Amino acid sequence: MTSLLGFVPRKRRNIELFLVVFALAIGVAAYASVGLGANDKVPADIVTYGGGLAALGLLSHLVVRLRAPYADPVLLPMALLLNGLGLAMIHRIDLANIADHGDQTKTFAAQQLIWMTLGIGLFVAVLMLLRDHRRLQAFTYTAGAVGLVLLLLPLLPVIGMDINGARIWIHIAGFSFQPGEIAKISLALFFAGYLVVKRDALALAGRRVIGVDLPRGRDLGPILVAWLASLGILVFQRDLGSSLLFFGLFVVLLYVATERPGWLVVGALLFSFGAYFGYLAFGHVRERVDGWLHPFSNIDQYYQIVQGMYGLAWGGILGRGLGQGRPNMTPYSYSDFIAASIGEELGLTGLMAIIVVYGLIVERGLRTALICRDSFGKLMAVGLAMAFALQVFIVIGGVTRLIPLTGLTTPFLSYGGSSLVANWMMIGLLLRISDHARQPAPEARPIVSEDDPTQVVRL
Amino acid sequence: MNRPIRALAVGCLVLFIAMLININYLQFIHADALDARADNRRVRDAEYSEQRGPILVANKPIALSVASHDQYDFIRKYPQPSLYAPVTGYYSFYSSTGLELTQNDVLTGSDSRFFVNRVVDLFGNNQPQGGSVSLTINPAAQQAAFQGLINLPGDGIGAVAAIEPSTGAILALATLPSYDPNRLSSHDFSAVTKNYKALNTDPAKPLQDRAIQEIFPPGSTFKLVTSAAALSNGYTPESTVPGGASLDLPQTTVDLTNENGSDCGGDRISLTQALEISCNVSYGWLGLQLGDNVLRDQAEKFGWGEHYLDDLPGQVASQFPDNPDQPQTALSAIGQFDVAATPLQMAMVAAGIANHGTVMKPYLVDQVRSPDLEVLSTTEPHELHQAVSPDVANELTQMMVEVVQNGTGTPAQIPGITVAGKTGTAQTSPDRPPYAWFIAFAPADDPKVAVAVLVANVDIPRDEITGGGLAGPIADNVIKAVIGQ
Repeated sequence: MTSLLGFVPRKRRNIELFLVVFALAIGVAAYASVGLGANDKVPADIVTYGGGLAALGLLSHLVVRLRAPYADPVLLPMALLLNGLGLAMIHRIDLANIADHGDQTKTFAAQQLIWMTLGIGLFVAVLMLLRDHRRLQAFTYTAGAVGLVLLLLPLLPVIGMDINGARIWIHIAGFSFQPGEIAKISLALFFAGYLVVKRDALALAGRRVIGVDLPRGRDLGPILVAWLASLGILVFQRDLGSSLLFFGLFVVLLYVATERPGWLVVGALLFSFGAYFGYLAFGHVRERVDGWLHPFSNIDQYYQIVQGMYGLAWGGILGRGLGQGRPNMTPYSYSDFIAASIGEELGLTGLMAIIVVYGLIVERGLRTALICRDSFGKLMAVGLAMAFALQVFIVIGGVTRLIPLTGLTTPFLSYGGSSLVANWMMIGLLLRISDHARQPAPEARPIVSEDDPTQVVRL
Repeated sequence: MNRPIRALAVGCLVLFIAMLININYLQFIHADALDARADNRRVRDAEYSEQRGPILVANKPIALSVASHDQYDFIRKYPQPSLYAPVTGYYSFYSSTGLELTQNDVLTGSDSRFFVNRVVDLFGNNQPQGGSVSLTINPAAQQAAFQGLINLPGDGIGAVAAIEPSTGAILALATLPSYDPNRLSSHDFSAVTKNYKALNTDPAKPLQDRAIQEIFPPGSTFKLVTSAAALSNGYTPESTVPGGASLDLPQTTVDLTNENGSDCGGDRISLTQALEISCNVSYGWLGLQLGDNVLRDQAEKFGWGEHYLDDLPGQVASQFPDNPDQPQTALSAIGQFDVAATPLQMAMVAAGIANHGTVMKPYLVDQVRSPDLEVLSTTEPHELHQAVSPDVANELTQMMVEVVQNGTGTPAQIPGITVAGKTGTAQTSPDRPPYAWFIAFAPADDPKVAVAVLVANVDIPRDEITGGGLAGPIADNVIKAVIGQ
């Protein structure tokens, strides 16, 4: 048994429970600490808030225990930890905005808690309704079509709307939503289902250049389509982050499916070409690159990135302490720039811990992919893990000026319903795949026949 | 498919390590540079909200931070604003001057001398506190100096500098007109901006510290420098020099005459006598004899051309013309033409003579103390230059005593104290009233204080403006305040 799987299957549910309680404790302590730091008192609703958070956390654990008993024990606690810290941080910025502007109406923490409830609801739904991830393969093209429609929705008149120049929102019945976040899941599913079928054809080697087998020219169709679609997102939705994320995801899955590094080369070339074209053709791309290279050349125009850096520097090694910095000086400190807010109040130490937690989520996802026994599940898991990795790198790297700033949400931390719901569903899917991968292999049952054993005939 | 997945894992590791290194750079290595940027409101506001240490004169604060119960926690207050403004400067949200500027690291507690306190604060989780700066200022002398200036009739301008000759410690530093730094340290920033604009555009320049930041023609007080050069180059107090009513200046058709056209009491007079009555003819002649290089060297030994004051910003160097022709040299020898000095510089001339020829480096900060008032450092006096030999200093002292006892400086006599002094009345242009100077030290046999007083623009008839009459009494009051009479 051991030799077949490479490890001894264990459920590890009690470890998960311990970690869940630990993560919840950190989330509630952070919430209390925010109140103490900002207003010198523990928030009045600490019991109901803590109780609500604990109920959501324990419910999700219970569902995993019942429906995915062999699933990875670390993913859920880490998601809860990030979500709890994110809530505390959003509440902290609410308090700062109330203190600075006396504005009680524009608060986000309560809404985020509702979104979290919905997110965990969908997480539960994924685990309850989806008993085997392989059944999703049947919906490959449906998922692709749904993903495409979701991406196109914001471009429609009436429901689609522009916010800060990016057309990535839809507005229905008082709710605004970023369909691109959900499209991420559909497209990961589509890419996995599509590539698992086409991988053999796409793996055929073409010309060999400097030790790398490049793909055949006639196989370039799919990657060109993905590239054009990404350019479309860049041009029509002005959403650099999503554009980069979707294209990166496709190229990475193509590489994993075919085991041909040549695809990475082709992808990198297409990306460079697209980036260069975008830089030349679009003011909004140029502005981002200039803000990355020379943020201090115009501190009014690049106010956000400059303030983000000031916040991080001000946080220093240990941070100002929750509730004691001034993160709300940075625009969108509760969403795109929440990493800077955390770096300011929890310091280098806290931000490094957050990045390591993200790293662990990615590592757990890739590990699930490694031990998964079916190709579709492998590609799905890689796709979901890499979606996290790329998104975290694009947004935190952007906020900390490692790469040009492109708007994306920070998974589980940022304020934003679509993102939170989508991320919880992704964790649900990863747990489903991981439950399957970590189960004991089906017993090789001896074939029992009611009849006499088949006689061996000697000739 | 596991090989590419492992490769991807390594790729992700690289991405995440890059992020970690990058934030270490941003939040640790690069943080100080980002914190130091002027437009960084987080740091500016926090610094502005810190409890700055007080500036003390004789253990009483002349600048202190008091609780403000608003966003910034503390506000800077100046209990005797106009009196000490030229010393403290101001501390506003936008900028600071004076000691508030030069001692900022001490007052905020970020100076390296506070390292141990900072570490203790860090572990004790205490709010960091600033240290205090205690000054060499003698409060009675400062009061006497400033009171003397504001008692002048009309919209006068003026400055007083007093130093302890043996150390260079500044005992008084007053300027007129002064201003109220409280109006700039207010938390009502729009009012601060308005007040600053008004002060900065005021033609009387109240923000200017005239004692150190502006140079004036020293007039006859410069004859002390010329005398020092003469005595160091073979002349004695008894040497006879030409007197008379006028000196024919070479290369020109004009003559150098004395104030009020007098004839200096004879055609040949002693050097002592020439100084006593401040004879322009004699000193113009001496200037021609000595030449501009000797005069410039002597002036530089007293501190001309140097920035020696570290404790206050913006000290202006006194100047002596670079390449004067002969008539210009003669004029320079009597403190006219392009010779110009700060009142502090003239006080240093008196102090150098008083201190046996040794000019001490002037300083204002006596001690730096930790928040719990432990003395962290005490300023040690430093020699700036040996301006003249002790013998020459002695001769000059005698000559200056004569000035006050028998000459132009008689209004500055103090019963019971021998004052050594020199008057000066510098013409600038015919349409402007002259500058009246008096520089002195006392007691002559054991000098405790050297003082320079400059007064101008006062509202009295022009022929009554003399150094002895106007500036002398102010100098006397400063001397009396220091000596304790």
